[in-house]
Amino acid sequence: MGFLHRHRGLTPYLLLAPGVVWLGLFFLVPLGFLAYQSLESGSIDFGYAFSWSWGNYWNAIRNYRGHFERSLEYAGIATVLALVVSYPVAYWIAFRGGRWKNLLLLFIVAPFFVTYLIRTLAWQTILADHGLVVRTLHHLHVLGSTGRLLNTATAVVAGITYNFLPFMALPLYVSLEQIDGRLIEAAEDLYASRWKAFLRVTLPLSLPGVVAGTLLTFIPAAGDFINAQLLGSPTNHMIGNVIQSKFLELTDYPAAASMSFVLMAAIIVAVLAYARAVGTEQLTG
Amino acid sequence: MAVEPRVAPAPAGQTGPRIVDVRLEGVTKRFDDVVAVDDLSLEIEQGSFFALLGPSGCGKTTTLRMIGGFEEPTSGTIFLGDRDVVGLPPYRRDVNTVFQSYALFPHLSIFENVAFGLRRQGAERKGLRGRVLEMLHLVELEGMERRKPRQLSGGQQQRVALARALVCSPRVLLLDEPLGALDLKLRKQMQLFLKRIQHDIGITFIHVTHDQEEAMTMADRIAVMNKGRIDQLGSPDELYERPETPFVAGFLGVSNLLPGTVAGADVVRLDDGTQVHVAAEALQGRTGRVAVGIRPEKIRIDGGDANTLPGTVSESAYVGVATQYIVETGSGRLTVYVQNVRPGAEGAAPGDRLTLSWSPDATFVVDSTEGSA
Repeated sequence: MGFLHRHRGLTPYLLLAPGVVWLGLFFLVPLGFLAYQSLESGSIDFGYAFSWSWGNYWNAIRNYRGHFERSLEYAGIATVLALVVSYPVAYWIAFRGGRWKNLLLLFIVAPFFVTYLIRTLAWQTILADHGLVVRTLHHLHVLGSTGRLLNTATAVVAGITYNFLPFMALPLYVSLEQIDGRLIEAAEDLYASRWKAFLRVTLPLSLPGVVAGTLLTFIPAAGDFINAQLLGSPTNHMIGNVIQSKFLELTDYPAAASMSFVLMAAIIVAVLAYARAVGTEQLTG
Repeated sequence: MAVEPRVAPAPAGQTGPRIVDVRLEGVTKRFDDVVAVDDLSLEIEQGSFFALLGPSGCGKTTTLRMIGGFEEPTSGTIFLGDRDVVGLPPYRRDVNTVFQSYALFPHLSIFENVAFGLRRQGAERKGLRGRVLEMLHLVELEGMERRKPRQLSGGQQQRVALARALVCSPRVLLLDEPLGALDLKLRKQMQLFLKRIQHDIGITFIHVTHDQEEAMTMADRIAVMNKGRIDQLGSPDELYERPETPFVAGFLGVSNLLPGTVAGADVVRLDDGTQVHVAAEALQGRTGRVAVGIRPEKIRIDGGDANTLPGTVSESAYVGVATQYIVETGSGRLTVYVQNVRPGAEGAAPGDRLTLSWSPDATFVVDSTEGSA
């Protein structure tokens, strides 16, 4: 105690220390190792050696460009869908939920009580060829008589949307819940119809939640491989599937590591472009 | 029993026909089991500064919100001019509100906050900028138009809220305890500022407050509300000099209320036998038990007025402009203010016996407070 009293300025750093050590040990060190690995060459049988093999990156982009593009596309579509689905729900809970707010939020988080894998497997059943959804769609002639959902891009995007929905809904709810209802009253007092009041006041004030939700959904969704694996066909595979198989099945570590870095770079570029478009102010609140 | 509010006569000096801007007819608002506003009828004249005054929970804010369109009455009718506005949303009503918390849009600049209503009304772009800047000039906020609300002080935010509401030139401006969050000095300044602006632009102001001094300073007419009803409606001096209910007498300033019984056309006999003369119209035909009221500053300790009451000083406090005495009498304890007109304290000390006196004209009569206390 005496030491802390004499060096009060140190307290914040001491409080930060566990987090910094954790981040250094379990994020920065492995990341550095991954970077090192991505520039290795060789094979699993004769061993890999560091050799500044920038060719790994070139190969990753050249051979798997389609997978990268598909990853960003699926993640992007799923993010937009999650936003469209979550916004009204979050809005309704925030403004109309009353004393049921917490229970309704629990319902949104409820799927998380079941593991990711099981949830995705459940969608296999839901979208199965002779399942209720497909039969109904056949009936309504939305889907041709031989049309199917499982093993299509639709199924993969639907799965991603479903699995990441809470990451979108919760930040949206938080930002909507913070909006002072009197601001909406003030807008209506100043001749804004309900719709205009929403457009001019509620929506702009909820933008930090929209930005947080889209990032929390898009970033992990772009690296996802479970949904493509269980709900899609090989033509729907995302870059995550390739990385996973290179690492675990083909044990081609340099290729997998370089792909990981390309994916990371692609996501950073996409996020920066997005941040520029909506304004960085929204990112920091 | 509350005295029915009378419809206000036109203020002296006003010419031409009386134009009513806001009229409430038998308006009742119920929230579940609670009656917030109870069969309220009211007329507010064009160009007046009208205050709804009362303690929290008296229904004054609910009344204002019903005029603004944020609440719908359970029954009754609300007219703006000669248009029945019940059922119309706020954006279809020609009124604007200055909210208690200001409710400035945090994501918009001061300019855009003020321009908000004009833009929604579809004001043409050319004139808009000029009108906004003119209004910011009026509220003494030139040069602030690029700032965000959070960069302004409370008093400045208050004036933005005022500008934002006034720039639309509403028929009526509603003010919901707008000065509540300001410190005393700023509040006094803003009271005079609001009064001046209202005088200059001539828009009807309806001001909700629980601060009797604020209402008296600013308003031409005041409706004192209690338990969802108007106890009394009148000019500040009418309410102060001639309160009609014990509630009004107690809410506006300090009152001495002495219980007694009506003993003639202009006489009330106090419980200790003292006869108090009052103006005949102050009795308003009351009989039986009543309470006689005298304001502390209208009582003299040096004798000379028609009504007298002997007593003993129990406390005295020198407060600068006046000395406050607490005097025990056979009819109860009275508060007396004696102005310190001449230098040097020559007043009474605790323990002194003296005779209080006051004029019949300075005496008012309200219903007995017994049983309700």
